Amino acid sequence: MIGLNHYLILGSILFAISVVGIFLNRKNIIIILMAIELMLLAVNMNFIAFARYLDDINGQVFVFFILTVAAAESAIGLAILVVLFRNLRSINVDSLDRLKG
Amino acid sequence: MQFTDFVFYFLSAILLLASLRVITARNPVHAALSLVLAFFTAAGLWLLLEAEFLAITLVLVYIGAVMVLFLFVVMMLDINLEELRRGFWSYLPAGLLVGGLMVVEMIMVLGSRDFGLAEPLAHAADYSNTKELGRVLYTEYVYPFELAAVLLLVAMIAAITLTHRKRADTRPINPADQVKVKRADRIRMVNLKPQKPEAPKEDDA
Repeated sequence: MIGLNHYLILGSILFAISVVGIFLNRKNIIIILMAIELMLLAVNMNFIAFARYLDDINGQVFVFFILTVAAAESAIGLAILVVLFRNLRSINVDSLDRLKG
Repeated sequence: MQFTDFVFYFLSAILLLASLRVITARNPVHAALSLVLAFFTAAGLWLLLEAEFLAITLVLVYIGAVMVLFLFVVMMLDINLEELRRGFWSYLPAGLLVGGLMVVEMIMVLGSRDFGLAEPLAHAADYSNTKELGRVLYTEYVYPFELAAVLLLVAMIAAITLTHRKRADTRPINPADQVKVKRADRIRMVNLKPQKPEAPKEDDA
Protein backbone atom coordinates (compact mmCIF):
# COMPACT_ATOMS: atom_id res chain seq x y z
CA MET A 1 0.00 0.00 0.00
CA ILE A 2 1.37 3.36 -0.97
CA GLY A 3 1.41 5.65 2.05
CA LEU A 4 1.94 9.34 2.53
CA ASN A 5 5.66 8.86 3.19
CA HIS A 6 6.19 7.40 -0.30
CA TYR A 7 4.98 10.63 -1.84
CA LEU A 8 6.97 12.77 0.60
CA ILE A 9 10.17 10.86 -0.15
CA LEU A 10 9.50 11.15 -3.89
CA GLY A 11 9.10 14.90 -3.43
CA SER A 12 12.33 15.20 -1.45
CA ILE A 13 14.29 13.20 -4.04
CA LEU A 14 12.88 15.46 -6.76
CA PHE A 15 13.89 18.53 -4.74
CA ALA A 16 17.41 17.15 -4.19
CA ILE A 17 17.79 16.43 -7.91
CA SER A 18 16.94 20.03 -8.73
CA VAL A 19 19.40 21.31 -6.09
CA VAL A 20 22.12 19.18 -7.72
CA GLY A 21 20.99 20.58 -11.05
CA ILE A 22 21.58 24.13 -9.85
CA PHE A 23 25.07 23.10 -8.67
CA LEU A 24 25.94 21.41 -11.97
CA ASN A 25 24.55 24.04 -14.36
CA ARG A 26 26.03 26.92 -12.44
CA LYS A 27 26.60 28.93 -15.63
CA ASN A 28 23.48 28.23 -17.64
CA ILE A 29 20.55 30.40 -16.56
CA ILE A 30 17.99 28.48 -18.63
CA ILE A 31 18.70 25.17 -16.89
CA ILE A 32 18.68 26.95 -13.51
CA LEU A 33 15.17 28.24 -14.28
CA MET A 34 14.11 24.71 -15.24
CA ALA A 35 15.54 23.36 -11.96
CA ILE A 36 13.48 25.95 -10.08
CA GLU A 37 10.39 24.70 -11.90
CA LEU A 38 11.26 21.15 -10.78
CA MET A 39 11.60 22.36 -7.18
CA LEU A 40 8.13 23.91 -7.34
CA LEU A 41 6.82 20.64 -8.73
CA ALA A 42 8.29 18.76 -5.76
CA VAL A 43 6.62 21.18 -3.33
CA ASN A 44 3.31 20.85 -5.16
CA MET A 45 3.62 17.06 -4.93
CA ASN A 46 3.85 17.33 -1.13
CA PHE A 47 0.86 19.68 -0.97
CA ILE A 48 -1.32 17.36 -3.04
CA ALA A 49 -0.25 14.26 -1.14
CA PHE A 50 -1.17 15.91 2.17
CA ALA A 51 -4.44 17.21 0.70
CA ARG A 52 -5.33 13.65 -0.28
CA TYR A 53 -4.34 11.90 2.94
CA LEU A 54 -5.80 14.58 5.24
CA ASP A 55 -8.88 14.84 3.00
CA ASP A 56 -8.52 18.63 2.98
CA ILE A 57 -9.15 20.55 -0.25
CA ASN A 58 -7.24 23.63 0.95
CA GLY A 59 -3.94 22.01 -0.01
CA GLN A 60 -5.09 21.84 -3.61
CA VAL A 61 -6.06 25.53 -3.51
CA PHE A 62 -2.49 26.32 -2.49
CA VAL A 63 -1.15 24.30 -5.42
CA PHE A 64 -3.45 26.33 -7.67
CA PHE A 65 -1.91 29.58 -6.45
CA ILE A 66 1.64 28.19 -6.64
CA LEU A 67 1.00 27.27 -10.28
CA THR A 68 -0.17 30.84 -10.95
CA VAL A 69 2.85 32.43 -9.31
CA ALA A 70 5.22 29.98 -11.01
CA ALA A 71 3.78 30.80 -14.42
CA ALA A 72 4.23 34.53 -13.76
CA GLU A 73 7.74 33.94 -12.44
CA SER A 74 8.89 31.96 -15.45
CA ALA A 75 7.36 34.49 -17.88
CA ILE A 76 9.22 37.39 -16.25
CA GLY A 77 12.37 35.29 -15.82
CA LEU A 78 12.44 34.43 -19.51
CA ALA A 79 11.77 38.08 -20.44
CA ILE A 80 14.76 39.14 -18.32
CA LEU A 81 16.78 36.37 -19.97
CA VAL A 82 15.93 37.67 -23.45
CA VAL A 83 16.91 41.24 -22.49
CA LEU A 84 20.11 39.92 -20.93
CA PHE A 85 21.02 38.02 -24.06
CA ARG A 86 20.29 41.06 -26.19
CA ASN A 87 22.71 43.17 -24.13
CA LEU A 88 25.50 40.68 -23.39
CA ARG A 89 25.19 38.19 -26.31
CA SER A 90 25.59 35.45 -23.69
CA ILE A 91 23.58 33.79 -20.91
CA ASN A 92 26.62 32.89 -18.83
CA VAL A 93 26.03 33.69 -15.16
CA ASP A 94 29.72 34.62 -14.83
CA SER A 95 29.29 37.53 -17.21
CA LEU A 96 26.66 39.10 -14.95
CA ASP A 97 29.10 41.27 -13.07
CA ARG A 98 27.92 44.74 -13.97
CA LEU A 99 26.56 45.40 -10.48
CA LYS A 100 29.74 44.30 -8.76
CA GLY A 101 30.53 46.98 -6.19
CA MET B 1 1.19 -5.64 -4.74
CA GLN B 2 -1.80 -3.68 -5.87
CA PHE B 3 -2.12 -2.17 -9.31
CA THR B 4 -1.96 1.40 -7.91
CA ASP B 5 1.36 0.55 -6.23
CA PHE B 6 2.74 -0.56 -9.56
CA VAL B 7 1.48 2.64 -11.21
CA PHE B 8 3.07 4.75 -8.47
CA TYR B 9 6.50 3.12 -8.77
CA PHE B 10 6.37 3.17 -12.57
CA LEU B 11 5.47 6.88 -12.77
CA SER B 12 7.94 7.80 -10.02
CA ALA B 13 10.77 6.06 -11.86
CA ILE B 14 9.94 7.94 -15.07
CA LEU B 15 9.65 11.21 -13.16
CA LEU B 16 13.05 10.83 -11.49
CA LEU B 17 14.79 9.69 -14.68
CA ALA B 18 13.29 12.60 -16.63
CA SER B 19 14.36 15.12 -14.00
CA LEU B 20 17.89 13.65 -13.97
CA ARG B 21 17.90 14.09 -17.74
CA VAL B 22 16.80 17.73 -17.32
CA ILE B 23 19.83 18.61 -15.22
CA THR B 24 22.42 16.65 -17.22
CA ALA B 25 21.30 17.24 -20.83
CA ARG B 26 23.90 18.88 -23.02
CA ASN B 27 21.38 20.60 -25.26
CA PRO B 28 18.87 22.94 -23.53
CA VAL B 29 16.16 21.85 -26.00
CA HIS B 30 16.56 18.26 -24.78
CA ALA B 31 16.39 19.53 -21.20
CA ALA B 32 13.13 21.36 -21.93
CA LEU B 33 11.63 18.27 -23.59
CA SER B 34 12.65 16.12 -20.61
CA LEU B 35 10.99 18.67 -18.35
CA VAL B 36 7.81 18.23 -20.40
CA LEU B 37 8.02 14.48 -19.74
CA ALA B 38 8.58 15.11 -16.03
CA PHE B 39 5.55 17.40 -15.77
CA PHE B 40 3.39 14.95 -17.70
CA THR B 41 4.38 12.10 -15.38
CA ALA B 42 3.75 14.29 -12.35
CA ALA B 43 0.26 14.96 -13.72
CA GLY B 44 -0.26 11.19 -13.80
CA LEU B 45 0.81 10.95 -10.15
CA TRP B 46 -1.61 13.74 -9.24
CA LEU B 47 -4.39 11.80 -10.95
CA LEU B 48 -3.42 8.89 -8.70
CA LEU B 49 -3.89 11.26 -5.74
CA GLU B 50 -7.37 12.17 -7.04
CA ALA B 51 -6.46 15.79 -7.82
CA GLU B 52 -7.93 15.63 -11.29
CA PHE B 53 -8.44 19.34 -11.88
CA LEU B 54 -4.86 20.23 -10.95
CA ALA B 55 -3.48 17.38 -13.05
CA ILE B 56 -5.29 18.69 -16.12
CA THR B 57 -4.22 22.25 -15.24
CA LEU B 58 -0.61 21.10 -15.01
CA VAL B 59 -0.80 19.59 -18.48
CA LEU B 60 -2.62 22.55 -20.03
CA VAL B 61 -0.88 25.46 -18.31
CA TYR B 62 2.57 24.06 -17.71
CA ILE B 63 3.17 21.85 -20.70
CA GLY B 64 0.96 23.88 -22.99
CA ALA B 65 2.09 27.39 -22.11
CA VAL B 66 5.14 27.61 -19.87
CA MET B 67 7.20 24.86 -21.49
CA VAL B 68 6.38 26.14 -24.97
CA LEU B 69 7.61 29.54 -23.79
CA PHE B 70 10.83 27.89 -22.57
CA LEU B 71 11.31 26.07 -25.88
CA PHE B 72 10.59 29.27 -27.78
CA VAL B 73 13.23 31.23 -25.85
CA VAL B 74 15.79 28.40 -26.00
CA MET B 75 15.45 28.09 -29.75
CA MET B 76 15.51 31.87 -30.25
CA LEU B 77 18.81 32.42 -28.43
CA ASP B 78 22.08 31.56 -30.08
CA ILE B 79 23.87 29.96 -27.18
CA ASN B 80 27.52 29.02 -27.04
CA LEU B 81 27.20 25.62 -25.37
CA GLU B 82 30.90 24.89 -25.02
CA GLU B 83 31.45 27.93 -22.84
CA LEU B 84 28.49 27.05 -20.65
CA ARG B 85 29.51 23.41 -20.24
CA ARG B 86 33.04 24.21 -19.10
CA GLY B 87 33.66 22.83 -15.63
CA PHE B 88 30.30 21.07 -15.65
CA TRP B 89 31.33 17.98 -13.71
CA SER B 90 33.66 19.81 -11.34
CA TYR B 91 30.68 20.91 -9.27
CA LEU B 92 29.31 17.36 -9.04
CA PRO B 93 30.95 16.40 -5.68
CA ALA B 94 29.61 19.48 -3.86
CA GLY B 95 26.17 19.08 -5.44
CA LEU B 96 26.01 15.35 -4.68
CA LEU B 97 27.07 16.03 -1.09
CA VAL B 98 24.30 18.59 -0.51
CA GLY B 99 21.63 16.66 -2.45
CA GLY B 100 22.55 13.30 -0.94
CA LEU B 101 22.51 14.74 2.58
CA MET B 102 19.07 16.22 1.96
CA VAL B 103 17.67 12.92 0.69
CA VAL B 104 19.22 10.91 3.54
CA GLU B 105 17.89 13.32 6.14
CA MET B 106 14.41 13.33 4.65
CA ILE B 107 14.33 9.53 4.43
CA MET B 108 15.47 9.30 8.06
CA VAL B 109 12.73 11.71 9.12
CA LEU B 110 9.93 10.33 6.95
CA GLY B 111 11.18 6.75 6.53
CA SER B 112 8.58 4.33 7.75
CA ARG B 113 6.32 6.86 9.43
CA ASP B 114 2.91 7.57 7.99
CA PHE B 115 1.76 10.24 10.51
CA GLY B 116 -1.25 8.08 11.36
CA LEU B 117 -2.56 8.64 7.84
CA ALA B 118 -2.12 5.19 6.37
CA GLU B 119 -5.37 4.92 4.46
CA PRO B 120 -6.77 7.85 2.50
CA LEU B 121 -10.51 8.29 2.78
CA ALA B 122 -12.42 6.85 -0.13
CA HIS B 123 -14.75 9.33 -1.76
CA ALA B 124 -18.28 8.63 -2.92
CA ALA B 125 -18.80 7.76 -6.55
CA ASP B 126 -20.37 11.13 -7.36
CA TYR B 127 -17.57 13.14 -5.71
CA SER B 128 -16.25 15.84 -8.02
CA ASN B 129 -12.80 17.28 -7.33
CA THR B 130 -13.36 20.20 -9.69
CA LYS B 131 -16.66 21.10 -8.02
CA GLU B 132 -15.14 21.03 -4.54
CA LEU B 133 -12.13 23.07 -5.59
CA GLY B 134 -14.31 25.62 -7.34
CA ARG B 135 -16.61 25.91 -4.35
CA VAL B 136 -13.71 26.70 -2.01
CA LEU B 137 -11.95 28.93 -4.53
CA TYR B 138 -14.94 31.19 -5.17
CA THR B 139 -16.08 31.49 -1.56
CA GLU B 140 -13.27 31.25 0.98
CA TYR B 141 -10.40 32.16 -1.35
CA VAL B 142 -12.12 34.70 -3.58
CA TYR B 143 -9.85 37.55 -2.49
CA PRO B 144 -6.57 35.65 -3.13
CA PHE B 145 -8.11 34.49 -6.40
CA GLU B 146 -8.60 38.11 -7.52
CA LEU B 147 -5.07 38.93 -6.41
CA ALA B 148 -3.75 36.04 -8.50
CA ALA B 149 -5.55 37.51 -11.51
CA VAL B 150 -3.93 40.92 -10.86
CA LEU B 151 -0.56 39.21 -10.47
CA LEU B 152 -0.92 37.56 -13.86
CA LEU B 153 -1.82 40.92 -15.42
CA VAL B 154 1.22 42.56 -13.81
CA ALA B 155 3.45 39.72 -15.02
CA MET B 156 2.10 40.08 -18.55
CA ILE B 157 2.69 43.84 -18.62
CA ALA B 158 6.15 43.40 -17.11
CA ALA B 159 7.17 40.79 -19.65
CA ILE B 160 5.98 42.96 -22.54
CA THR B 161 7.66 46.13 -21.25
CA LEU B 162 10.92 44.28 -20.62
CA THR B 163 11.22 42.78 -24.07
CA HIS B 164 9.60 45.53 -26.13
CA ARG B 165 12.03 47.85 -27.89
CA LYS B 166 11.58 50.90 -30.06
CA ARG B 167 13.13 50.46 -33.45
CA ALA B 168 14.87 53.46 -34.98
CA ASP B 169 14.37 52.46 -38.62
CA THR B 170 10.57 52.53 -38.69
CA ARG B 171 8.53 55.67 -39.40
CA PRO B 172 5.17 55.18 -37.78
CA ILE B 173 2.19 57.37 -38.61
CA ASN B 174 0.46 59.19 -35.77
CA PRO B 175 -3.15 59.88 -36.85
CA ALA B 176 -3.72 62.26 -33.93
CA ASP B 177 -0.93 64.54 -35.14
CA GLN B 178 -2.27 64.32 -38.68
CA VAL B 179 -5.75 65.40 -37.58
CA LYS B 180 -4.50 68.21 -35.35
CA VAL B 181 -2.40 69.87 -38.02
CA LYS B 182 -3.36 73.46 -39.00
CA ARG B 183 -2.85 75.36 -42.18
CA ALA B 184 -0.35 77.68 -40.51
CA ASP B 185 1.89 74.72 -39.59
CA ARG B 186 2.38 73.68 -43.17
CA ILE B 187 2.22 76.83 -45.33
CA ARG B 188 4.32 79.97 -44.98
CA MET B 189 3.33 82.95 -47.11
CA VAL B 190 6.30 84.78 -48.54
CA ASN B 191 5.97 88.17 -50.14
CA LEU B 192 8.31 88.04 -53.13
CA LYS B 193 9.15 91.09 -55.18
CA PRO B 194 9.21 90.62 -58.93
CA GLN B 195 12.78 90.05 -60.07
CA LYS B 196 14.57 90.04 -63.33
CA PRO B 197 16.87 87.12 -63.98
CA GLU B 198 20.48 88.13 -64.42
CA ALA B 199 21.70 88.15 -67.93
CA PRO B 200 24.36 85.51 -68.62
CA LYS B 201 27.87 86.94 -68.91
CA GLU B 202 29.27 86.94 -72.37
CA ASP B 203 32.95 86.47 -71.67
CA ASP B 204 32.24 83.29 -69.76
CA ALA B 205 33.71 80.63 -72.00
